[in-house]
Formats: sequence, C-alpha cells, structure tokens
Amino acid sequence: MARITLDNLGHAYMPNPQAPADWALQQLDFEFADGGAYALLGPSGCGKTTLLNIISGLLVPSRGRVLFDGEDMTTRDPAARNIAQVFQFPVIYDTMTVRQNLAFPLRNRGVPAAEIDARVREIAEMTDLTEMLDQRASGLTADGKQKISLGRGLVRDDVNVIMFDEPLTVIDPHLKWQLRSKLKELHRRIDRTMIYVTHDQIEALTFADRVVLMKDGGVVQIGTPVELFERPAHTFVGHFIGSPGMNLLPCIMAGDKAMIGDTAVSAANAAAVKPGGSLEIGIRPEFVSFADKGLPVRVTRVMNAGRYRIVETVTGSGETVKLLASNEDAVPSDATHLSFDPAFTRIYRNGWLAGEGRDA
Amino acid sequence: MRKTVNQKAWFFILPVLVLVAFNAILPLMTVVNYSVQETFGNNEFFWAGLIWFEQVISSPRFHDSLIRQLIFTFSILAIEIPLGVIIALAMPRKGMWVSVCLVLMALPLLIPWNVVGAMWNIFALPDIGLMGYTLNAIGFDFNFTRQIEDAWFTLLLMDVWHWTSLVVLLAYAGLVSIPDAYYQAARIDGASSWAIFRYIQLPKMKRVLTIAVLLRFMDSFNIYTEPFVLTGGGPGNSTTLLSIDLVKIALGQFDLGPAAAMSLIYFLIILLLSWVFYTLMMRNEE
Repeated sequence: MARITLDNLGHAYMPNPQAPADWALQQLDFEFADGGAYALLGPSGCGKTTLLNIISGLLVPSRGRVLFDGEDMTTRDPAARNIAQVFQFPVIYDTMTVRQNLAFPLRNRGVPAAEIDARVREIAEMTDLTEMLDQRASGLTADGKQKISLGRGLVRDDVNVIMFDEPLTVIDPHLKWQLRSKLKELHRRIDRTMIYVTHDQIEALTFADRVVLMKDGGVVQIGTPVELFERPAHTFVGHFIGSPGMNLLPCIMAGDKAMIGDTAVSAANAAAVKPGGSLEIGIRPEFVSFADKGLPVRVTRVMNAGRYRIVETVTGSGETVKLLASNEDAVPSDATHLSFDPAFTRIYRNGWLAGEGRDA
Repeated sequence: MRKTVNQKAWFFILPVLVLVAFNAILPLMTVVNYSVQETFGNNEFFWAGLIWFEQVISSPRFHDSLIRQLIFTFSILAIEIPLGVIIALAMPRKGMWVSVCLVLMALPLLIPWNVVGAMWNIFALPDIGLMGYTLNAIGFDFNFTRQIEDAWFTLLLMDVWHWTSLVVLLAYAGLVSIPDAYYQAARIDGASSWAIFRYIQLPKMKRVLTIAVLLRFMDSFNIYTEPFVLTGGGPGNSTTLLSIDLVKIALGQFDLGPAAAMSLIYFLIILLLSWVFYTLMMRNEE
C-alpha cells in the first residue's frame, strides 16, 4: 500500500517537444492518497492511459518524478513497483488453468506453495471463480477472463496500487453492472489504492471517491463526483459529465447580474467575475425549470428518457437550452419562460469558472 | 427458423471437381491400376493382386530408403523449427529493419528448387566451391561426392538454408499478432523471459507452428529436386531418399507395378504421419 505522488510530471512521445500540443501529458502535480479509489476520466486521447502507464512503469516520463511513499520510482521496472494492472482486453495465460493463472504472479516471486494455495483460494472466493479453478482459462467468457485479470492483480497482498485501464469495454452491458459493483465491494474489502481509467462517466462516478477529469493531456478538475456535477471548474467538465451536459449561454455582466440578451440572471459567482474575456452562463438541465417570467424561449422538442423527459428549447438569439421535466409535469407547447436556480448558475470566463482555480 | 437447402451450390463447385478429377484423382487411379497389374510391354496387362505391395513392404531397399527419409525429415524438423522460432524472436517488431529482415528471409524461398540444388552443389565442391574449398583449406577433409557424412551434412545444411525462412515467417506472423497488453501484464506479474516465452509466445504461436511443422514435414518427405541435383542420391545410395528411389524404379528400371505400389504406400505414410502430427499438436485445443 502506498501514497503515490506525481511530481512535475510530463510526457511527450516525440523527442523534442516544443508547443503544448506536443505533450501527451501536460505538467501534472498530484497525490493519490493511500487506499483511495480514483478515476481518471476523459475522452479518448486525453492522456489518461499515458498517465496510467507512467504510474505502472510501462512508460518512463519525459520529465518529472513518480514517488511511492516518497521513494522515487520513476525509472523502476513494473515488477519492482509491486503494482497490478487490469487491461482493456482480458489478458490471460491461455495454456494455464484458472488456478495457475491466479498463482502466476506469486510463483514468479517464489512464494511457498502452501501460501500460494491459500491466497488463490481466497481470491477465487472474492472474484466468484472458485467453481472454475481447475478449468482452462481460455474456455471462460469475457467477463470470467476479466475476473482472472482482476484476480491476478489482487492475489499479491502487498501491491501498492491496482490500476484498471477501461476494464469493462468488452463486457456485456448486464454484466458490466455486476462487475462494477464487485469492484466497489472489493475496494471496500481490501482497502487498497485503486486507479480506474475510463471514458465512461457512469463507471467513473460510481466507482471513484475522487475523479480526475482530463482533457488534451492536462487535468481539468479533480473532485468528488458531486463536485464535478455541481461545481464544474470548466465548461468542458459541465459538458462531459451529465446527460445531457450543462447548458452554456453567452452573457455579459451588468453590475452583479449577468445578462442573457435582455434578461437578467443571478449567478452564484457573479461577484467574482473579473472584467474582460468571453463570458458564459453555465447551468445544468437539472436546475432549469419553466416559469411565468424569466428567459423567454420556445419549446422545440421533447424527448422521452424513461423516468423523465428532456425538453429542448431555443432562446430568441438561437441558443439551445435543455431542461429535465418529470413525466407528470405539463410541458408548455410553444413560447414560455425559464428560470435558473441561482445556487447552481455559474459564470465561466474564457471557459474556466470565474474567480476560482485558474481564473483566480 | 428453418435453414433453406440450396442445391444450386453444387453447380458452383462442379468446375473445381472436374479440374481436380483430371489432375489428381484420375492420375491417382491410374497408379492404383498399375499397382495391381503386371505388364511385359505391348500394352498388355495381367492381374497381379497384391504381389507388388508385398514385395515393396518386404524389400530391404525400400526399408533403407524409408529409414533415410525418416532420418532426413526428422533431422530438418528438429533443426528448422527451433531455429526458425529463435530467429523470429530475434527479429525486430517495428522500424525500418522489419522490411529488410522480411525481404532477406523471403529470398531463399523465391529461388527455384533445382537452382538451389545446383547452387549448393557448386558451393560445396571441394576444389572450386567456396564452402568446400574453405573447409579443406582450414583442415577438414571435406568431399561430399565421396564421403557419406559430408553428403548428409551438405544436404541438411542446404535444406535448413532453403526452408528455415518459412518457419521464421510463420512464427514471426504469430509473434506480431500478440497484443502489447500480454507483455505488459507479464512484466507486471514479474514473469521471466523464459516464462513469457513459455506461457505467452509459444501458446500464441501454436497454430502457426502446427502449420509450419505440417508443411515442412510433407515437403521434406516429398523432397526430390534438390538432393537429386546436389548428390543424385549418392555416394552409393547413401542419400537416396524415398522419392529418388521411386523415380529410379519407375523411370530407371521401368518397373511400373512395384513403383505404383510404392507410391501408394509412400502416400499413405505421409497421410498417416500428417494426421499424427496434427492430432498431437491440436490435442489441447477446445
């Protein structure tokens, strides 16, 4: 078990990186606390797998250091780091049985046979593989194979961190849910640091205590799932997390109010907005409601999403605003007004949350 | 849902059936025909029953050729398969050298078989051949046209030179198809290079190696042109393999009956051994 520190980390796949775009991973300082459940979330190509491979030692970073409990591991071999990784596609040793697969990392480290046997039994129990222990691993289904990969990660009781690289990609949807809750349960049970890479927000938000949201090789926001949802630090976070994503409307400041066209809107961080830059109002569809007065819009579309409906409206200047309506609520058929919950209405300056973080 | 049976498909394989009938089945039937008859010329044939089969099976000459053939085939398999795998493992996986290596490897396979025989014949000549002359110059008494061991050495070396590439290319194709994640997982699991070879690379190469073994087995068991050009079966009969012996009987002595019987036995041996190889190597596949 270990606390993992990333110190001034950066990585480029080309030899002489100049422009920021040359870096696959921008400057990064972060600390993964011991025993935490983290998710690295972001679209494809945002650098999350690069970061994972640097932590596991499959990749040596172009600059910066990786520390495990303060000890420099930057150039150490993956085996020396004592970590485990579960890959996107199940990696199993075809010719071995499930039992031999689980025992493999221990056998390579010369653990006594009796101890291996006990550990394998325990892990098989945890991952529901007990009944298949003596089957050949190649005969299992995709989720069974992924459980073996996971089991191989868990079987050493001294691993510093277990990393998951989009482990549910090849799993059937109904089994995804099972495996996801299994992972969560295992994390509670073994209390080991886990880092989970995914581009699926539901996987990230359900698994992690802390989510690291990445874009273009940089970290955009680090926070709890609730923080990411309620206080996106960047319009990208608002857009990427939530379904549908956050509404963004260009605005200008007039005193302590933001003006969308002729309509004044109060926002939680209105007082902190500095002059200049391009300003946008960000409000999640969950916090928009129909009202008698407020922002004038026209309803253009109603989509049924099962337990609720997604209503699409358009403002006078042609901006789209989405909101959620319960199935019982009446949806106005044409022209109406919208009101925004001021506590969850925020102003973004040049994309960043005004007055905080990088805009401070 | 019911499967519809479409008999029209038969028409589409008819041309192939006709072609195969003319170039394989009919000639084979002719051989079967010869193998149970005796002829004294004038196109007159007499029923001979299984006499030729009995004669071939009990003939010491056939036994000797068969043993030489088995020694030859198993020797080249024992050399070419491991050597091919080792070379494939040592080849680069990416970069410009990949193409260079692949072209170099493919070269021996592109040379016509009789040219390979002629090349090695000249190469090994003790008086003017590069290899033969060099070996003699550094103190070996090397003469492949006179000494049995030297003839065998040259014969095996020639086949290894000619055909190891095939094993390399097949094994290489198997190796590059292994996803990186396997190597990464193995590194994380602390596997040694031997364990990586034994539990990842070898199992993933199994199918292509099965093909390699079968191809090399069948081809080497049928080999004719190269030893015929290199040694002509000599010195004496020391490198007379089955096919060379067969041609001597069929075309040299014009003993059609015994030659036909020998062909069929030869064919059955290849079929049987191929089946044994295949069954052994695929035994654990689900």
